[in-house]
Amino acid sequence: MMGLPAATQGLFPVPQLEYQNLAPVLIVLVAALLGVLVEAFLPRTARFRAQLVVTFGGLLIALAALFFAGNTDGVIAEGAIAWDGPARFLQGLILVLSFVAFLLFTDRKIDPGRDAFAPRVSAVPGSAEEQSLTEKLVQQTEVYPLALFSVSGMLLFPAANDLLMMFVALEVLSLPLYLLAGMARRRRLLSQEAALKYFLLGAYSSAFFLFGSAMIYGYANSLRFSEIAAATSSQSASEGLLLVGIGLISVGLLFKIGAAPFHEWTPDVYQGAPTVITAFMAATTKVAAFGALVRIFYVAFGPVREQWLPLISVISALTMLVGVIFALTQREMKRMLAYSSIAHAGFLLTGVVALSQKGVGAILFYLVAYGFATIGAFGIVTLVRDGAGEASDLSAWAGLGKRSPGVAALFSLFLLSMAGIPLTAGFPAKFAVFSAASASGASWLVIVGVIASAIAGFFYVRVIVLMFFTDPQDDTTTVAIPSLATAVSLAVCAGVTIVLGVLPQIGLEVADRASLFIR
Amino acid sequence: METITAASGTTSLTWLLIALPLAGALILLGTGRVTNKWGHLLGVATIAGSFGVAVALWLNLLSKPSEDRAVRQFLFTWLDLGRFKVDVALQLDQLSMAFVLLITGVGLLIHIYAVGYMKGDDGRRRFFGYLNLFVAAMLLLVLADSYALLYIGWEGVGLASYLLIGYYQTRDTAGPAAKKAFVVNRVGDIGMSVAIMLMFAAFGTVTFQGVFEAAPGASSAMVTGIGLMLLLAACGKSAQFPLQSWLLDAMEGPTPVSALIHAATMVTAGVYLIARSNPIFDLAPTAQMAVIIVGLITLLAGGIIASAKDDIKKALAGSTMSAIGYMMLAVGLGPTGYVFAIAFLLAHGFFKAGLFLGAGSVMHGMNDQVNMRRFGGLRSVMAITTATFGLGYLAIIGIPPLAGYFTKDLIIESAMARNPIIGGLAVIGAGLTAFYMSRIFFMTFIGKKRWTEDVHPHESPWSMTVPMLVLAIGSVASGYLLMRDNTLEKWLEPVTGFVEPEGSLAPAVVTGISLAAVAVGIVAAILLYLRRDVPQVAPEKVSFLVLAARKDLFGDAFNEAVFMRPGQWLTRSLVWVDNKVIDGAVNGVAASLGGLSARARRIQTGYTRSYSLVMLSGALLVLVLLAIVGR
Repeated sequence: MMGLPAATQGLFPVPQLEYQNLAPVLIVLVAALLGVLVEAFLPRTARFRAQLVVTFGGLLIALAALFFAGNTDGVIAEGAIAWDGPARFLQGLILVLSFVAFLLFTDRKIDPGRDAFAPRVSAVPGSAEEQSLTEKLVQQTEVYPLALFSVSGMLLFPAANDLLMMFVALEVLSLPLYLLAGMARRRRLLSQEAALKYFLLGAYSSAFFLFGSAMIYGYANSLRFSEIAAATSSQSASEGLLLVGIGLISVGLLFKIGAAPFHEWTPDVYQGAPTVITAFMAATTKVAAFGALVRIFYVAFGPVREQWLPLISVISALTMLVGVIFALTQREMKRMLAYSSIAHAGFLLTGVVALSQKGVGAILFYLVAYGFATIGAFGIVTLVRDGAGEASDLSAWAGLGKRSPGVAALFSLFLLSMAGIPLTAGFPAKFAVFSAASASGASWLVIVGVIASAIAGFFYVRVIVLMFFTDPQDDTTTVAIPSLATAVSLAVCAGVTIVLGVLPQIGLEVADRASLFIR
Repeated sequence: METITAASGTTSLTWLLIALPLAGALILLGTGRVTNKWGHLLGVATIAGSFGVAVALWLNLLSKPSEDRAVRQFLFTWLDLGRFKVDVALQLDQLSMAFVLLITGVGLLIHIYAVGYMKGDDGRRRFFGYLNLFVAAMLLLVLADSYALLYIGWEGVGLASYLLIGYYQTRDTAGPAAKKAFVVNRVGDIGMSVAIMLMFAAFGTVTFQGVFEAAPGASSAMVTGIGLMLLLAACGKSAQFPLQSWLLDAMEGPTPVSALIHAATMVTAGVYLIARSNPIFDLAPTAQMAVIIVGLITLLAGGIIASAKDDIKKALAGSTMSAIGYMMLAVGLGPTGYVFAIAFLLAHGFFKAGLFLGAGSVMHGMNDQVNMRRFGGLRSVMAITTATFGLGYLAIIGIPPLAGYFTKDLIIESAMARNPIIGGLAVIGAGLTAFYMSRIFFMTFIGKKRWTEDVHPHESPWSMTVPMLVLAIGSVASGYLLMRDNTLEKWLEPVTGFVEPEGSLAPAVVTGISLAAVAVGIVAAILLYLRRDVPQVAPEKVSFLVLAARKDLFGDAFNEAVFMRPGQWLTRSLVWVDNKVIDGAVNGVAASLGGLSARARRIQTGYTRSYSLVMLSGALLVLVLLAIVGR
């Protein structure tokens, strides 16, 4: 039972909190709250600068706090949070990826004088109110605190050590994202539709997760992962509760990582959301959700692996195939990248199936490679434009290599990394998860994975061929000159993709060292 | 086999050899116009730094006992995934040291020369960037401790060579020449990659040490296969028959490039590869025989081609082919030949680079003309060039006591010792060399002036003549210095082994025969090109042999008939099979995948209600699966 002895004495127990280790999460939360205050009390003209200071300052301080928090593994905050290698690694990765993605938010040069967000989200699309706001170049800065709230949830999610904390983190990370998805400046109806869909389906999946948690509590009499694990290895009764619990919790988490058949929201939301938000959530949500998924399956359900391993293997294969097959016929760049990210969720799940420390290391490395390539790719998407905003149709990208060889080369780099071509980060990443899976005997899954990679190669390379070897169909496509922040963000993504491709051993070693879960 | 120790002290500087020119290349190619003014000086400085490091390393190796000289510097692990582990490490031993000194030493001289030669060229910074890139890649090639890393350097020099052959982008002929070099080299590279795959499959490793230790345990078929594949690779890079045709076209590049890459260093990479792989070739007599045959064919073919070319650079290129043919022949002879091959290679580095720089100096004074029929009598205006070129000429044809005499003669001796036919053909090659080199020298520097009206030949600036003088000194002295007291034999013996060749003919007799052949060649050239006037336009009515030689012995026609047409026929039939059979399958798969994709898209309706229905079905599926698996 949780913390009851103190309550019996008639006193509210004061929880013992390790503030030093919780500091990164708390700092991001404080920054988010400061951001709300900035929105409330500063004049509109001063908000942008203030938000930049609060947001980027907060992230940097949180990173520093994480760095100095020490690396003695242990269970903290009365057992609700795990402080171990994967948690620290993923928190660091989420902070860095957020920083890089937020740099994209700040761009007001691509669309001169405006950023990517609607001047007033509540204004009816196409109304006179919106028209006048647009003409007055009104800009909102509420995205920054919202995104920071989401980041704080993401930081907690992979560190959560009981089902309750995990659920809280899940909601904290998700709710702001539902809002952010609806804030696009252009194509607002699509954006609002995406937000509503994301919210409804997200709430639906949260219900699955919650219901599953209740089942597990019924089974193990505890929400703590270690105690669930203990219960599964000692008890033999009420196996049904456990299985239903595992199943429903899986649904909730698989929804978040975008695994088939719970992936259908992904293309719609990735397409509708402002592209910079898509870049942010595609990278960081997957990192956080995979952290949580791996922890729960390894730590809590580890002893009953033979129960769920076939399930996750099937889901992994299905996800890879669905991702690549649907991506084949996409005509829209963001939807294609969305299906590609679904396929990557499948590739990552092969690392989960490996069920070894090597597999965890491989997943961590894969998340780094995937995160930076994703932010980079969506960042490039914001640059390629036609009269109505971003040039979304693939045909608009034809001949881009002739007009803007640099941008086309950069985009090719990210695509090649996603395709897993050597000398980019994607190759050692894919190699690592596949070899971990095959070392654990999941050869058939690796074969499916290689076939899926081959199919995936087709649609990635098709875009490169389109950019470099096809003549442009019309001249309406332009490539915007990005702001310094966007350029820095893209440069960081490209740098990581190349460095981890040329010298992958550095990253693999760090990931390997961080791959041990505390139980 | 010698022991290899970890690098420490001075030898831990080995990585700097590559890092310096690489940094130079990155800066020069990365910064754009900013470095236009002083970029070429940076290029020279990085090579000078590299050369300094090379000399320091050399002195350090000299101070150690000969069996302890090899060192390995581990840099980093590229990838380590259990069974699949690739380290990046450098190996500095006597063989690589010799190459490093040649590459950085001659490289430095040619960089200095290029400062003057490329003056006034808009792309000088780019040019030096490419040159630095080449030097870095070439050093990686000879310092690698595994075939995998060697392969990276191998491709790197190929890339630099491609970029430099096509350097004069505005010339119509430069682009196709670069392309040809690229394509022909790809054929060779297939050999390289197949060899590496075979090694990995047979031995599970591709490091030199691992492969050489495991090679004696492998089947002779496997070792022979690896040897032949390595030979194919060497043929591509070193312009050996049947992959020789690109080298003549490669002369489209700026002359310093021809001197450095296509005479002194890169084209000798194939010789290095085989000398380095000596433990493999010593186990594969068939592959060794193939090396000898390739070397013999090329040394004769190169000589014949060089004898008929009127373009001074192409004549020298034919001579390079022929000289490398000698080296190939020597490495094919096994332990009796490795040392002599390297000796000739080093000496050749000096005199061939010197000859090319001389040719460049002539072109510099003659408005970039290359037709020797319009040269003649240049000794009166270009004294230094005439002297340095003349010394190079005497050296290459093997006049005692110049470098060629000490080195080439030994190759002929050991060839004689192996087999009189091989030796005899090598002697004929020596006669040919004397003939075509005399022809070049006479047509360019002696005889009547046949200049076009608009030229005003003059001696080149000091930045060009000083490197030529230094190389001329090398052409004179390097042979004696290398072979005196068996210096090079003792130096290389721990790496390549050495066996004294024992033939039925005394060395003095062999020397006499080859000098006689040289004399015949010179006399023939005197009769044809000094006693008679050289026509300003190449005569039309000539013997079949001259015609053939002018057309590179039908090298292109050969390629066309043997490789291109069957290749085209093969591709056409493959395309047919591909269209009818494979595409049927692939298109079928693609079409069915596409169709599947298109049909499956219908699931993606866009309606939240249908999405949630799919999710619900998914959840049921999950539960059913768990229930089936669970007890």
